[in-house]
Amino acid sequence: MMKPDPRNKESLFYLTAAIGALVSATGVAAALYMEHQGHVVTGMNNQIVWGLPLIVAIFLIVSASGVLNIGSMASVFGRVLYKSRAPLAGLLAVAMLTGGLAAIMLDLGRADRIMVAATHVNLTSVFGWNMILYPVFYSLVAVYLWTMMERRMNPWSKVVGFATFIWRVVMTTGTGCIFVFLVARQAYGTALLAPMFIIMSFAWGLAIHILTQAAMYAANGTQLPALVLQRTKNLLGSFVAATLYFTAVMHLANIYFAKNTAFEYFILMNSEFTSLFWVGQVLLGSLLPLALLYHPATAARGAWVNLASLLVILGGLIQLYVFIIGGQAFPLDIFPGYEVKSSFFDAEVDHYAASLPEMLLALGGIGIAFTITLIGVRVLDFMPHDDPAQLEAAGSKTD
Amino acid sequence: MSSQDKNPRRAFLAAAGTGVAGLGFTVIAPGLHLMAVAGNADAANAADARKPGSAASPAVRWGLLIDANKCAPGCRKCIDACHSENGVTEKLPDPRQNSQWIRKIELVDRRTGHSTQLPMMCQHCAKPPCVDVCPTGASMKRADGIVLVDRHICIGCRYCMMACPYKARSFVHTPLHEQNPEVPRGQGCVEGCTLCVHRVDKGLQPACVESCPEGAMSFGDLNDASSAIAKQIASVPTTQVRADLRLDPGVRYQGI
Repeated sequence: MMKPDPRNKESLFYLTAAIGALVSATGVAAALYMEHQGHVVTGMNNQIVWGLPLIVAIFLIVSASGVLNIGSMASVFGRVLYKSRAPLAGLLAVAMLTGGLAAIMLDLGRADRIMVAATHVNLTSVFGWNMILYPVFYSLVAVYLWTMMERRMNPWSKVVGFATFIWRVVMTTGTGCIFVFLVARQAYGTALLAPMFIIMSFAWGLAIHILTQAAMYAANGTQLPALVLQRTKNLLGSFVAATLYFTAVMHLANIYFAKNTAFEYFILMNSEFTSLFWVGQVLLGSLLPLALLYHPATAARGAWVNLASLLVILGGLIQLYVFIIGGQAFPLDIFPGYEVKSSFFDAEVDHYAASLPEMLLALGGIGIAFTITLIGVRVLDFMPHDDPAQLEAAGSKTD
Repeated sequence: MSSQDKNPRRAFLAAAGTGVAGLGFTVIAPGLHLMAVAGNADAANAADARKPGSAASPAVRWGLLIDANKCAPGCRKCIDACHSENGVTEKLPDPRQNSQWIRKIELVDRRTGHSTQLPMMCQHCAKPPCVDVCPTGASMKRADGIVLVDRHICIGCRYCMMACPYKARSFVHTPLHEQNPEVPRGQGCVEGCTLCVHRVDKGLQPACVESCPEGAMSFGDLNDASSAIAKQIASVPTTQVRADLRLDPGVRYQGI
């Protein structure tokens, strides 16, 4: 691969950084507009109370936890192949958590009261747990990065990596539990969501890591070692397959419960979410990436693995849209066995269309994550440096 | 800090801290204070009024009994009375964004075709999911069973709306004007039926109960066996909506 001209590289950095900053600033401006006008300018209402900003926020927060799996593969499971990739995973984790938290906090009805949330913590609330889970996660990742990037601290990276691994499992269990503890909604309220969110985080986080790493290698005019490509794409494939498995089990179990059959019919057969589920989440977001990752013609090619990763990200966003919006659009069954009518749209399927400010706020969250990552890789050495001898040794193992 | 702690510096710090916290509480959370002084009763039932400065009693469990058989088709008097009493007046272009503290529900039994109607509002559960999920404790249950939102610490996350099985809460989607000073509301906060706590504390009935021309709604202390509501509940079959969830709602229905 040809080395890019350093002057072009410089210009490209400033251009992309400017775009990232602009997208982030537009998101903040959209949030201020929503704050000033009220949520009347959004597509949300009293039935669909969580919209696009929350979907993107949850995607980023879940991915922030999952991307660190790269670090855990190295420090907890002793896979040397991933060791040089762990610092980038740490940077992406911090960047995505920041972007996700920005989107979720700026979507609050009273974003100005964020200090109230920090000082009044109700420990029976999963959102309350987050006031502890996220700051500790930030701290652990910061220390983890320090132990990896400061040579004198290297001996500590294994133990800090292990603590981070445990903490992110707890944190993503918490994210899944946001929906586990909703007692009356057919879409949620199953403990399966906790492990499912963990496996989703592995898939989405790895897909984002693969794409970021590919962009960095391209910008540096270097080639990703074939062994690394092969191992990471196999890992991605197994996570995507596991996510699909959890999705299938959840829906099949729900179909059996008579009280949930109507909801499953709604999502799987007869609603605006049906095509999103089958085409977006299952076909484009799961089956097509799996085919690309395992078909002999595409499996060994970086470009196809990148496309598969992109599809996994797209599928993840669609999955959350179906899960969160679809779950709210379906009405609560307050009076089982009755036809129900009211001025408050009881028993009616709701419709959600994100408004422009919501879209900009959601994009702003992604923009913040992107900008932090871009500046991070620019100012510090997050480029993976593979040791050829270690790679060769790793290649001879069948892990 | 334990009372046995003799360290004078610590004792001073604790006393100072308590003072500062108390001052802060008064300043930061005037909503609670507002309720505490709302005892200026000129009510017919002044014996039930809460004394100024006294806490709500855990011995009391305020509740409603609603007789769906008496609820007249087309009548909206309870809704109008509630929304007028609480200053819920905004009319947004998208009606799904308007607050509804109380609503009329029409029910038709799928098997028999029998139709009923009833008013629906916050069910003031003994085990309210909205209180469990609230990150700041803004969703709270008063000692006397009334479930409320403290508008001063609600951050507008809407988690309680996701958790409520009765769709009883609304989110204020727009800036508000000309509010009832006794019922603070706020843009970006979640709200719902307060059982007219400002009236109850004066010994009055909730506005919806008072307005019902058919006498379909009764209000009272569910814990007091001698109260009219407790006697009615003891003598007629009543229903808790979504009783399967075991939330022990303070609102009971008759005739469904």
